[in-house]
Amino acid sequence: MKNPPPLGEGEVEAEKPPAVTMRRITKRFPGVLANDGIDFEVLRGEIHALLGENGAGKSTLSNILTGLYRPDEGEIFLHGKPLIFHAPRDAIDAGIGMVHQHFRLAASFTVAENLVLGHRDAADRGLLLEPRVVEGRIADLARRYRMPVNPRARIWQLSVGEQQRVEILKVLYRGARILILDEPTSQLTPQEADALFQTLRLMTAEQRTVIFISHKLEEVMAVSNRVTVLRRGKVIGTVKTENTNTRALARMMVGREVVFTQKKEGPAQAERQLALELRQVSANGDLGTPTLHDIDLQVHAGEIVGIAGVAGNGQRELAEVITGMRRRTGGSVMVMGRLTRGGDPLEAIRRGVAYVPDDRLGTGVAPSLSIAENLVLKAFRRAPISTQGVLHLGRIRTNAVELMQRFNIGASSPLVPARQLSGGNIQKVLLARELSSRPRLLVASSPTSGLDVGATDTVRGLLLEAAGRGVGILLISEDLDEILALADRIAVLYNGRIRGVVERQNAHVEELGLMMAGAA
Amino acid sequence: MIRIERRLTEARWLVPAVPAGSLVAAAVLSGIILLLTGHDPIGTWARLLDRGFFADGAMSATFVTATPLLLTGLAAAAAFRMQTWNIGAEGQLYLGAVGASGAGIALRDQSPVLIIPAMVIAGILTGAVWAAIPGVLRAYTRTNEIITSLMLNYVAGLLMTYLIFDSQSYWRDLSTFTARVFPQGKYLSDAANWPSFRLAGLAIPLGLVLGIVAAAVLWLLYARTRFGFEARVIGDSRAAAHYAGIRTRRKIVAVMALSGALAGVGGASEIGDFRHVLDPRGLQQASFGYSGIVVAALARLNPFAVVVVAVLLGGLSNAGFSLQGATFPAGLVGTLQGLILFCALAGELLVHYRIRLRRPAIIPPATEAAGAGVA
Repeated sequence: MKNPPPLGEGEVEAEKPPAVTMRRITKRFPGVLANDGIDFEVLRGEIHALLGENGAGKSTLSNILTGLYRPDEGEIFLHGKPLIFHAPRDAIDAGIGMVHQHFRLAASFTVAENLVLGHRDAADRGLLLEPRVVEGRIADLARRYRMPVNPRARIWQLSVGEQQRVEILKVLYRGARILILDEPTSQLTPQEADALFQTLRLMTAEQRTVIFISHKLEEVMAVSNRVTVLRRGKVIGTVKTENTNTRALARMMVGREVVFTQKKEGPAQAERQLALELRQVSANGDLGTPTLHDIDLQVHAGEIVGIAGVAGNGQRELAEVITGMRRRTGGSVMVMGRLTRGGDPLEAIRRGVAYVPDDRLGTGVAPSLSIAENLVLKAFRRAPISTQGVLHLGRIRTNAVELMQRFNIGASSPLVPARQLSGGNIQKVLLARELSSRPRLLVASSPTSGLDVGATDTVRGLLLEAAGRGVGILLISEDLDEILALADRIAVLYNGRIRGVVERQNAHVEELGLMMAGAA
Repeated sequence: MIRIERRLTEARWLVPAVPAGSLVAAAVLSGIILLLTGHDPIGTWARLLDRGFFADGAMSATFVTATPLLLTGLAAAAAFRMQTWNIGAEGQLYLGAVGASGAGIALRDQSPVLIIPAMVIAGILTGAVWAAIPGVLRAYTRTNEIITSLMLNYVAGLLMTYLIFDSQSYWRDLSTFTARVFPQGKYLSDAANWPSFRLAGLAIPLGLVLGIVAAAVLWLLYARTRFGFEARVIGDSRAAAHYAGIRTRRKIVAVMALSGALAGVGGASEIGDFRHVLDPRGLQQASFGYSGIVVAALARLNPFAVVVVAVLLGGLSNAGFSLQGATFPAGLVGTLQGLILFCALAGELLVHYRIRLRRPAIIPPATEAAGAGVA
């Protein structure tokens, strides 16, 4: 027990019963077979990645394991013993803890308060909380797993990475021996993700078990001992990470060879009109402090200009200034050669500026409104969708049916509320609306973040197609590979300034990386 | 052990079944209380229904009570649909009454054709302006409209009291000695009495007709117009509305004014249909504005359902008044009404959640895994 042998050696598997065994798990939802006879086994002390595209059944399977759903068929064994969960509490009592992708913390409570929230404990004395004891325990845990966090800080004061640490501490505090992490890196910076991986290794060294849900191949390769791949509710296979590679995993996940779309050649710039020109543009951030400084930038019709950089360096402010959602404090913004007043989204929409914001659900679509209504979120004020202030419901519906077909939006009806769609389908709704408005300029912020491989490819294809039709595209992305694949020119944004603009054919990853870190 | 779980799918049959079940539950619970207090449950229920809806003239009386509830219910629904929380229908109704009675007094010698529309318009305008105050504050200074609209209710109540009791205002009757000693408002001329319509032996006040028309207009506005579409987008997500180029601030003021206008018509109808005088105490005791919030909530903000709920609650409230007596205390009436409302609102839960009896979980005996926790 003191020094567990490294994983992957047969003797471990033989000695102990697996931490989790799920046999022939089947779960049906109305119209969907979410899990179809799944066999899934996780060994003690390993990091086991559950890999699959959105909708492959990963979330359903983890919800079954945490007692949120009951399987229609199948059995679950924990350390070799059969068990049946009736409620999430049963799973918690059995030592299973889940860290959700979207954190479930009370923002105005302190870290310590969040940890004891809803937790019943032998050490509790009636209704009284004992902050000292709790804070002491948190400090111990934080030290043990190198997750520094101040137990007295309130959640809203913490960064996303810190909030995630609190979520992990919460399940550890409740005595979890088996941790399930649902896409834990989706909101983290690369550095924060690395720190998380370190923490996970410390946990498995203590014979805790980690189930790591992801659709990112690189991080699965970096962190896991074994990988189980799901596709369309079925297990495609379980492999040892050391015996596979990203290509093979991608093939298992998607069911075919994946070759990402690449832009072929740049347009002949000199002949092209300027779709967007920024001169000396400055703007403030949300806190009223100067965030963008003297930005000069040009996007020609038919050209894709990539804005690379680590999030939080002024990307959102840049996108919002161009699309009128934020007032500029200096400089000029010209769309198709005409100066804009700025600070007015409607003006930008009328000038032909389309915008795919990074906050899709909430800004890009109205979540409770239907697909059909979201597809006319901007066109509703014009004929033929409305005349004299009256909406034409029939035309809204035909518009939706047509766009859903053209952009291959997967939903049973145009009346489905947007929030029920998967991330990929929400993005297709957004792109369908923005591209069908015949824009001159498209500002796309992180257009493929959080999307699975198939949807990513579709979205990139749509961007390239739009550029081919002469739309100028400003592609703001943290994904350098994406920018290198799509952009004709690349500008690096660091601390609210453009650090340099390079042609794609002259771009070197190392050089861009240094500029992104402010070093070049 | 009983557990409440969210339903994965909301079956259509629940929508009619749950309110029906709620009524049955209310009947059973109130039956127990009636038995315990020595009353005949079935007889009491029969009397309640009879006095509220079926007795001679009961339905006409119910319409009278339902009219202000309908208009304040619509006022609440109009604002709540955009997630704008106008709690001020009470004060907006008072202001509507002030405006309409002022117009009625000013035009006392004119023909009904002039007076009545003038009263309606005055009620709309005063109610709308009063509601626009929290609307403007919300839109341009981001104050919380719940607090401002609520506090303006007290201001409106005091304003009415001032006009009749504490000043020699235009609204106060100073023509006789008794009126100077015991303050009261000027009564309107007969020409300012709103007409009522006869239908199948029932008297339907003009205010109720206006309310039903308003319900239809409100429904059309939200379902079929650009105005309503923008309001729904704002209600769903302010950020998405800004993104879509919708002028959210103007819209908030407009919807608050619309909501206040509806409550203002309620105030005008109180003057024109029933009271014919500005009566601060009577209006404040009735608290139609607050009841309107309950009406809107029970109707799930659907304008047509507001009509039905307003009539049901109006009947219930009337029946309560006539049940009261030496052997039937007012507190018991309140208990019965409270139980019905409680069951109706609690039943809403069952549309979205289900209750499940839970068996204890089968958990493996504490292994080292469960025992070696942090503590």
